[in-house]
Amino acid sequence: MLPLLSTLIFLPLLGGLITFFSGVNARKTALAVALVELALSLWVLLAHFVPTAGMQLVEDYWWVESLGISYKMGLDGISMALVLLTTVLVPLIILSAFGRDVKSPSLYFGLILLMQSALIGVFASLDGFLFYLFWELALIPIYLICLNWGGENRTRITLKFFIYTLFGSLLMLVAFIWMRAQTANQSFDIDQFYALKLSSDAQSWIFWALFLAFAIKMPVFPFHSWQPDTYTDAPTQGTMLLSGIMLKMGIYGVIRWMLPVLPIGVDTWGLLAASLAVAGIVYASLIAWVQKDFKRLIAYSSIAHVGMIAAAVFTLSTQGLLGSVVQMLSHGVNVVGLFLVADILLHRTGTRDLGQLGGIRSVAPAFATTFIIILLGAVALPLTNGFIGEFMLLSGIFRYNITLASLAGLSVIFGAVYMLRAYRIIMLGEQQSSSATFADLVWNEKAVLYTLVVLIFLFGVYPDPLIRLVGPSVEHLQEVITNAGAATLR
Amino acid sequence: MNTLIALSGLGLMTLFSEIFGFKKIIRPIILIGLLTALVFSVADWNTNQSLFNDMVLVDNYAVAFSTLLIGLTLLWFLLCNNLFFDPVTEVDHSALAVFALIGAVCMTMYSNMIMLFLGIEILSISLYVLAGADKTNLASNEAAIKYFLMGAFATGFLLFGIALTYGATGSFSLAAINTAVSNGPGPNMMMLTAGVLLLLIAMSFKVSAAPFHFWAPDVYQGAPTAVTAFMSTVVKTAAFAAFLRLFSTVFSSNTEVWSSTLWAIAALTILLGNIAAAAQENIKRMLAYSSVAHAGYMLLAILAMNQLAAGALFFYSVAYSLSSLLSFSILLIISQKTGSETISGFRGLFKSNPLLAVLTIVAMLSLAGIPPTAGFFAKYFVFTAALDAGYLGLVILAVAGSLIGVYYYFRPLMAVFTPSSDSQEFSVDKTTVFVLVLLAIASLALGISPRWLTALFS
Repeated sequence: MLPLLSTLIFLPLLGGLITFFSGVNARKTALAVALVELALSLWVLLAHFVPTAGMQLVEDYWWVESLGISYKMGLDGISMALVLLTTVLVPLIILSAFGRDVKSPSLYFGLILLMQSALIGVFASLDGFLFYLFWELALIPIYLICLNWGGENRTRITLKFFIYTLFGSLLMLVAFIWMRAQTANQSFDIDQFYALKLSSDAQSWIFWALFLAFAIKMPVFPFHSWQPDTYTDAPTQGTMLLSGIMLKMGIYGVIRWMLPVLPIGVDTWGLLAASLAVAGIVYASLIAWVQKDFKRLIAYSSIAHVGMIAAAVFTLSTQGLLGSVVQMLSHGVNVVGLFLVADILLHRTGTRDLGQLGGIRSVAPAFATTFIIILLGAVALPLTNGFIGEFMLLSGIFRYNITLASLAGLSVIFGAVYMLRAYRIIMLGEQQSSSATFADLVWNEKAVLYTLVVLIFLFGVYPDPLIRLVGPSVEHLQEVITNAGAATLR
Repeated sequence: MNTLIALSGLGLMTLFSEIFGFKKIIRPIILIGLLTALVFSVADWNTNQSLFNDMVLVDNYAVAFSTLLIGLTLLWFLLCNNLFFDPVTEVDHSALAVFALIGAVCMTMYSNMIMLFLGIEILSISLYVLAGADKTNLASNEAAIKYFLMGAFATGFLLFGIALTYGATGSFSLAAINTAVSNGPGPNMMMLTAGVLLLLIAMSFKVSAAPFHFWAPDVYQGAPTAVTAFMSTVVKTAAFAAFLRLFSTVFSSNTEVWSSTLWAIAALTILLGNIAAAAQENIKRMLAYSSVAHAGYMLLAILAMNQLAAGALFFYSVAYSLSSLLSFSILLIISQKTGSETISGFRGLFKSNPLLAVLTIVAMLSLAGIPPTAGFFAKYFVFTAALDAGYLGLVILAVAGSLIGVYYYFRPLMAVFTPSSDSQEFSVDKTTVFVLVLLAIASLALGISPRWLTALFS
């Protein structure tokens, strides 16, 4: 039988290479590949995946046997959800670039597909080394995308981004190599990592090495300084990839590679980590409030949202973990929508400056409606997808620490305030000269935004399938954590 | 033995080609000669023969490194065909390069101090001349003189070291010295210690480790770029092969004498090399300093001195040589087109020659040690070897050094994508493109499946 999971990982890679040589048909080729990939992932979900059965579709071969590196892949509910997020968002991201001028499109869209391949690899890896490798591989296409298609200051900004994240991942590599040396059979296998009984001192330093790697990627305050510049300066599709999918690598890394391996470390330092995350929520919300550039505003709001997810993960509660997975998906959907809105604004009016926009609603009703729906999803209105996740996150944090929960809850209000303020200025407000001739949505923008709107309502009204997909894996993960903690203490 | 004889024959034939008038077909002759030597070298695998009254020991270590050296020289000749050689001096320069290779091969298979010395001298003297190959260029002349003076110094250290070791142990043979050293401290303890340290300094000179690296940037920059490429690949690999062979076979039982000194040398080399490279505008000089930094990483393998060391050093040599040859060749092509060796020469390359731009990306990623290139696994293996030997602090320093490396390797990479007003499309001849693509593919293949090489040493 065909190795399904490997096909899922390497199909976009192959498609990306084909796209490199597809000349003028690059967009269509890339979209076709992404749609085939989406269909494949849905087929895997429906025909080959049982949410309650732990790791599935496992492929395990030696890669470099002498070093204990294996090609071990598998999916459980959590990783399946993130793979689906990737396969759903990438076609939308590609579609969002239709009708825009892109220089050397074959390279641009090929790189997006390479990125997708690496992202799925990250979510499916069950070997520490493989995980690290895909983690780095995801960095190269996005770096090139930002470097070649970014805005004015891209050279400086992308370099900062690259070095920042590389620094984090090298720490992760050192921690993994060290942990490998402690395993019984000198391997990077995740099960061997889970079976480790490390001393509490070792757990402490590994906690910080891994936390830095993951926190930079998310990013968590105070390791976020690369993020607003990079998000603002990257091309729209690059920003969507970064915020919609790539930052989830960090949270996923915490869930899969940190919590079960370092129960004592998390117990000792979790509160501090969660506090940093919550501090980031408040800090980013306040800065978002005063932003003039709409894209930058979304960038800061993204720090706030991710901070909430990160804080909930460290509570180790069912609701917190479940909520974090649900919210990762919701945030992915919403933030891609918001960045497309920012792109449309810039494309039509030549500016994203709130001061120069206004009164668009009257000339572009379809745009106005989809914008407000996506925005309400982002501020977690009930019946939208954002509400489900945010609610679970908050209740998870609440049981863990009331002070943190009230600070985090405050940010939900902040979020509503600055988002609605931005909407008021851009869409209502006084008609500005730049927006008098604002054209309403065209077909590809409609296709993307309407799909996102459907997803927002679907998971807002009926989140049950998602919870059934993720729930058993979260419970299993908690068992692993509890057992690991008990074993280490004994 | 066949390898050395074939190479020596080739060298002599090349010299005579001018006299006997078959100069026109010298290129194919050199290629066929090198291929023959390559085959002879591979055929020696697992034979483990001792030759010339124990002067030479052809073990697998020697075979692996000499095969690499011959292969690199072959690729170098293919690349240089149209870029470096001109009709007047072609024969002399080719012969010198072949002679340098003979020295390099001796340095991988010696089992006697005399042979080590001979190898180093054969290599060095050829190179002093090659560094000055561009006779009309002042910088090239300066490089030759500087290289010669510094090389002579290092030779002095080497000879003193050999003499003192001989005085303490009574032999030039590595096996006999090893027996004497592992018998524990004898009456001539001081003499041996001084000998080991002098040898350490001499070898550090040859591999351009700090603080004995001062010649390297000037010589690398002043010499013709093709010669620099030869120095940073063949010469560097040979020097490291000799370094590890000497210290792992002879001085592995008295590591306490030299390991802390080498620790300091490695740390200093990594720091100085990387920091100085980050400040360069001239790409050639940047690559020269980066070569110093890479020497620092490779020293980790020698310091580790465990069963991983040889494999790690070999993999590193392969990976570094591939990407170094690639980047110097690209630089050579670009500087011939634009007349500039600075970073501005790379501007707009993505427009003017996309293939060369992609090759630049591969080369820089590999030098910076980013997966999926060979450079990543090279660093990985060396760092693992050092970690296994307990050098955690030095590895962390090396990781920090590689981060600085990312900064300066990415500058040409970014320049490639920067639009430039005066970039015109240009093409490169087919052989060169073929070899360059081959190098890039090899870099990527080793980055994806390092097993092909690591299997050799396990």
